[in-house]
Amino acid sequence: MVVLTCGASISGAIGEDHTVQPEEVQPVQLLTPEGKLTENEVYSPFIAGLSAEQLRELYRYMAMERRLDAEATSLQRQGQLALWAPALGQEAAQVGTIAAIKSSDMVFPTYREHAMALYRGISPEQLLTLFRATRHTGWDPSEHNFHVYTLVLAAQTLHAAGWAMGINQDRRTGSIPRDRAEDEIVVACIGDGATSQGDMHESMVFAASYELPLLYFIQNNHWAISVPTRTQSRGPLVNRAKGYGIEGVRVDGNDVLASYAVASRLSGDIRAGRGPKLIESVTYRMGAHTTADDPTKYRSSAEEQLWEGRDPIRRFRTWLSSEGHADESFFTDVDAEFKDLAADMRKSVLALESIDLERVFDTVYSEPHRQVETEKAWLKDYEAGFAEEQTEAGTAR
Amino acid sequence: MSGIKEMVMAKAITAALRDELAADPKTLLIGEDIGALGGVFRVTEGLQAEFGTHRVIDSPLAESGIVGTSIGMAMRGYRPVVEIQFDGFVFPAFNQITTQLAKMHSRTDGNVKVPVTIRLPYGGHIGSIEHHSESPEALFAHTAGLRIVAPSSPQDAYWMTRQAIVSDDPVIILEPKRRYWLKGKVDMENPAPDAFRAQVLRTGTDATIATYGPLVPVALAAAEAARAEGRSIEVVDIRSISPLDDETIARSAAKTQRLIVAHEAPTFGGIGGEIAARVAERAHHRLLAPVLRVGGFHMPYPPSSQEHRYLPDIDRMLEAVDRSFSYQRSA
Repeated sequence: MVVLTCGASISGAIGEDHTVQPEEVQPVQLLTPEGKLTENEVYSPFIAGLSAEQLRELYRYMAMERRLDAEATSLQRQGQLALWAPALGQEAAQVGTIAAIKSSDMVFPTYREHAMALYRGISPEQLLTLFRATRHTGWDPSEHNFHVYTLVLAAQTLHAAGWAMGINQDRRTGSIPRDRAEDEIVVACIGDGATSQGDMHESMVFAASYELPLLYFIQNNHWAISVPTRTQSRGPLVNRAKGYGIEGVRVDGNDVLASYAVASRLSGDIRAGRGPKLIESVTYRMGAHTTADDPTKYRSSAEEQLWEGRDPIRRFRTWLSSEGHADESFFTDVDAEFKDLAADMRKSVLALESIDLERVFDTVYSEPHRQVETEKAWLKDYEAGFAEEQTEAGTAR
Repeated sequence: MSGIKEMVMAKAITAALRDELAADPKTLLIGEDIGALGGVFRVTEGLQAEFGTHRVIDSPLAESGIVGTSIGMAMRGYRPVVEIQFDGFVFPAFNQITTQLAKMHSRTDGNVKVPVTIRLPYGGHIGSIEHHSESPEALFAHTAGLRIVAPSSPQDAYWMTRQAIVSDDPVIILEPKRRYWLKGKVDMENPAPDAFRAQVLRTGTDATIATYGPLVPVALAAAEAARAEGRSIEVVDIRSISPLDDETIARSAAKTQRLIVAHEAPTFGGIGGEIAARVAERAHHRLLAPVLRVGGFHMPYPPSSQEHRYLPDIDRMLEAVDRSFSYQRSA
């Protein structure tokens, strides 16, 4: 269903609901905000096979991310993290999507895919390493099929396209790596704001032209720091896919079941050789852009409350309970588990060791470089000089 | 059987690309018009017919896309060799090169290697229109994580290209496009010296001219002209801009006691200033004059109707030699 409202204002009045766009495409939704399951001819079959245990796992990861987010925010407030970018509110979009693809499929994240990272077995302290600024990244991409976070956004969509070109090349030459699936795909994550970047366009051109096995996963959380999505795009982002000859689907990103179903269908189509696909997952950044941000300056509490009512976790919990997929003891256990996780995480984050500057010198290049070696040696001598002075001073005393 | 062949620089690069494509099935070429056309300079001529459209890939017209996807392919174990058509068109890819390609190995703690080679035809003196004659090397040299080389002869072009492709680090090859049709001997069996070291091409005793890429033949001609005036000029081919072989340059400067650094790029903020500082640090007490720079001016590359006044030539180099001799060392 497309609703057109001509001449809608794009003024920046704080009181208005910035999450309504001039042109709307109804997103795929299976679970209503009230937690009622609806029937969808195309998408319902994709969740029919999910066992109660699998459903509870989806919930677990969503709850884990939310707990991690709260703990990370408080760590930042206490000066223990340089910065934190909360994913609060985007748990269903992320968990539903990553649960629908294979663990051997490579994912190229932005810097806010915490729930996806957790799902891939990246530990909270690995995840927070970047934000504590002890290292630029806490994990080896090859161990999780999850690339390191990208901060200069949209760049990763081209890396994903290149990775997908590699997949096609492997297939052509019959040299599929042993640890990869024959029907491997790749996921490029991006937010509403960064879809305005030129690299996103170039990535979609490459993906369409070379028929790449690539799934674009746009999380439209409605805010690029302080700028609403409708400054990035007049119409729904999903409509852009058509211009490239790519199928796109708009999904309610606060509905984990719909997120799972849409990602399942589209990834299946990609695996079947039907080329790249795009998901616009409509969600909401319930928190600030980062801990350095102040949303009260640009959006209304009415808008925040509206989206509070669409909370992805509450909705799913209501349904799990009402259907008997999880009982109260499950939720109590999950809460207890993540209370412990938060405490452990705090300990392990505070214990994170900083990289040595020597290691930075050693990784600038993979082969020796004269200037790097000279500067590394100079720093060593320079700092040794201080150590000697201290020793001498100690001896004199 | 002798592996020495006479060929022009463009064809030496073609030969290097062909030999690396044959040697490693993971090596790929990607760029605009490099397939059926063989590239705007015909450097990849015949390679698509020989190796197929999937190893010599005609890309969309999108430099950021070419470099960005090459990074992705490299992460997956391929060795992409990118052709950028002209120096002035590399800038749409500047972000991918500087924030992604250059940093990937370091920011992943050495876990991700990105062996991407970027071939960048560069420099002026081809009578072209704007954006086709620039020398952007300083912009890339300032970025840690990139290697930058500039061949000046067919022999170096052949071997530097091969060494760049097999290097696990990203390498930018500045191809001096005005020398594409320069003929020379290429010894395909005996590698040229390490691509990342400088080389003394002509020995002398009175002054050194250090330069790279398209100005190397100019420096050699200037040295020859100076000989007629009774001056013995040493010529150093810098060859590698990152890493910079400051040791070889400083050794020559310390010996001749006068150093002139020449490049087509503007002198302001350029490689010449970096070399001057490094040589001063190493050989200050040996120098009879300050290190002098010969290069382009602090202006956008001019319309080529004026490039003869903009680009360093034999006379500009000899003027700098004269100026170097005019300094009196104070007591």
